[in-house]
Amino acid sequence: MIGVELAKLFRRPRTYVIAALLCALPLTVAIFLATTRIPPPPGQGGAFLSAVLSNGALYPAAAMALVLPVFLPVSVAVLAGDAVAGEASAGTLRYLLIRPVSRSRLLVAKLISLVAFVLFAIVSVLVTSYLTGILLFGVSTSSAGVALPPDVTSLSGVTISPAGLALRLLGTVAYIVISMLGVAAIALFLSTVTDSSLGAAMGALAVLVTSQVLVTLDAAAAIRPYLPTRYWLAWVDFFRDPVLWRDIERGAGIQLVYLAVLLGAAWANFLTKDVAN
Amino acid sequence: MIITHDLTKRYGRTVAVDSVELEVREGDRYGLLGPNGSGKTTLVRMLLGLVFATRGEIEVLGRPVPKRIQEVLPSIGALVEGPGAYPHLSGRVNLTLFDAAGAGGRRKDRRQRVSDALERVGLAGIDRRPVRNYSLGMRQRLGLAGALLRQPQLLILDEPTNGLDPRGIREIRDLLDELNREGTTVFLSSHLLAEIDAFCTRVGVMDRGRLVLQEDLSSLRAPTGRVTVGSPTPERVVALLDGRVEHRDGEVLTVRHDDPGALNAELVAAGVTVTAIATERRTLEQVVLDATTTSSDRVEAAG
Ligand SMILES: Nc1ncnc2c1ncn2[C@@H]1O[C@H](COP(=O)(O)OP(=O)(O)O)[C@@H](O)[C@H]1O
Ligand SMILES: [Mg+2]
Repeated sequence: MIGVELAKLFRRPRTYVIAALLCALPLTVAIFLATTRIPPPPGQGGAFLSAVLSNGALYPAAAMALVLPVFLPVSVAVLAGDAVAGEASAGTLRYLLIRPVSRSRLLVAKLISLVAFVLFAIVSVLVTSYLTGILLFGVSTSSAGVALPPDVTSLSGVTISPAGLALRLLGTVAYIVISMLGVAAIALFLSTVTDSSLGAAMGALAVLVTSQVLVTLDAAAAIRPYLPTRYWLAWVDFFRDPVLWRDIERGAGIQLVYLAVLLGAAWANFLTKDVAN
Repeated sequence: MIITHDLTKRYGRTVAVDSVELEVREGDRYGLLGPNGSGKTTLVRMLLGLVFATRGEIEVLGRPVPKRIQEVLPSIGALVEGPGAYPHLSGRVNLTLFDAAGAGGRRKDRRQRVSDALERVGLAGIDRRPVRNYSLGMRQRLGLAGALLRQPQLLILDEPTNGLDPRGIREIRDLLDELNREGTTVFLSSHLLAEIDAFCTRVGVMDRGRLVLQEDLSSLRAPTGRVTVGSPTPERVVALLDGRVEHRDGEVLTVRHDDPGALNAELVAAGVTVTAIATERRTLEQVVLDATTTSSDRVEAAG
């Protein structure tokens, strides 16, 4: 069943369109930066952006910072919201279930295909933005290593080896996958509740937007640590020297709790649900 | 093959299926007849474990449903309320994916299985066009091919001829006929009386969620104890059979009599020309009209 879900994911033009859109955003930004050479002031306009002008190898990290707050979660919410509801309204859900595919296995396969999508999207963005960075900004440092940007590390002059950079990027990917799984879990749960893909995606986005707003609201400080988007940007800490693990650990922990609770709810709901359309 | 007891499904205040006692036997060609909204699809969904009953028991292929549905489904092929396929993929890819999704069925033979199923339903020549561009009839055939992938013991088909033209309906009927003769039990639902009449040996009639009738068609079509007689001189027949003619419609008369042979001899002996003579049988239509109350899509004003 997992193979079938992956085949469905990668045979769908939609998957590539979304990935292409995700790649297009950093590309557009890079073109503007490279032609004007006007860097955003440090600490503004997205992490790393001011640093990439001097070092294109950091551009993948900057690209992550660009797609993460809105673009990536929106696409994950759309796909996850469609996962069950889309099959239900297309009439294919009932034919899968009488194949038979057990409802639990179907849900697991859907989740795995969402992970595959997130990985595919992130890797696409990393690869295209790495190439963009190298081509448009060049690599400033020689084989000595990559200098971490001062606005992130607050320690200028620290350099890490290319292998170290790759390792930190790997950590970043893993952390973003976990964060996006939290989004996927919200939308997947809603997708088992309603038969409308759009409704499920909108519901998940509403949760995320609300969470984003509350994160910045001092009056909501009491619940801030438990908001799903609170630690989304904690992966930036992978680029500090030494790596600052505190927020990364908390963020991953919170996402895992959300994941467990929502998947449990999705599972309980789907297993007892009438498939009546 | 299928037995239900007191099977009931409520959606809020609507009782979609009401205390149904279904009995489908091995080898049957069972036709579930009922107007739109009478609960046929809901009943089928419950048999397949898609919808959970509010009350009652179901046994399919000797096993309780939905408890052991996973053991039952591999031996069932089904079509529920229209076909379902991924619109951007071709028919062949759709079947391949569905085949791969289910347990059993060796990977090695998959291509062959898909081709065989497509051939059976008359889609052997389909190309790589996506299902999006199929006609309703082609989709219906594709759905049927999906049901036949695993050579099921039992076919459960909800309105299988929807969207097909008369020739297509005939082809599907012949296919089901062939499958039934090979030993497949066929349970189908339809709102078209003629369709059930033409194919089935056993019929169940649904009326507003209730199964109001369930019988072998042969016993439903019992002789009524009357004979219809055609004659160019109907008034002579009336004069001869004084009192036994129950109804006269132009040159066709309905006579109370058990034996058309004897009646024919009597008429001919009296010099009456007989152009047609036959035992009158109850029609399925009459049976259904007697068993049901009112059309379920009528909405009467209260009081
Ligand atoms: N998912 C549902 N929610 C609410 N009511 C439903 C649902 N499915 C069917 N019904 C109702 O149940 C009744 C039977 O419907 P259905 O089983 O589709 O009949 P049929 O297949 O004979 O046309 C109808 O009155 C219909 O409105
Ligand atoms: Mg129906």
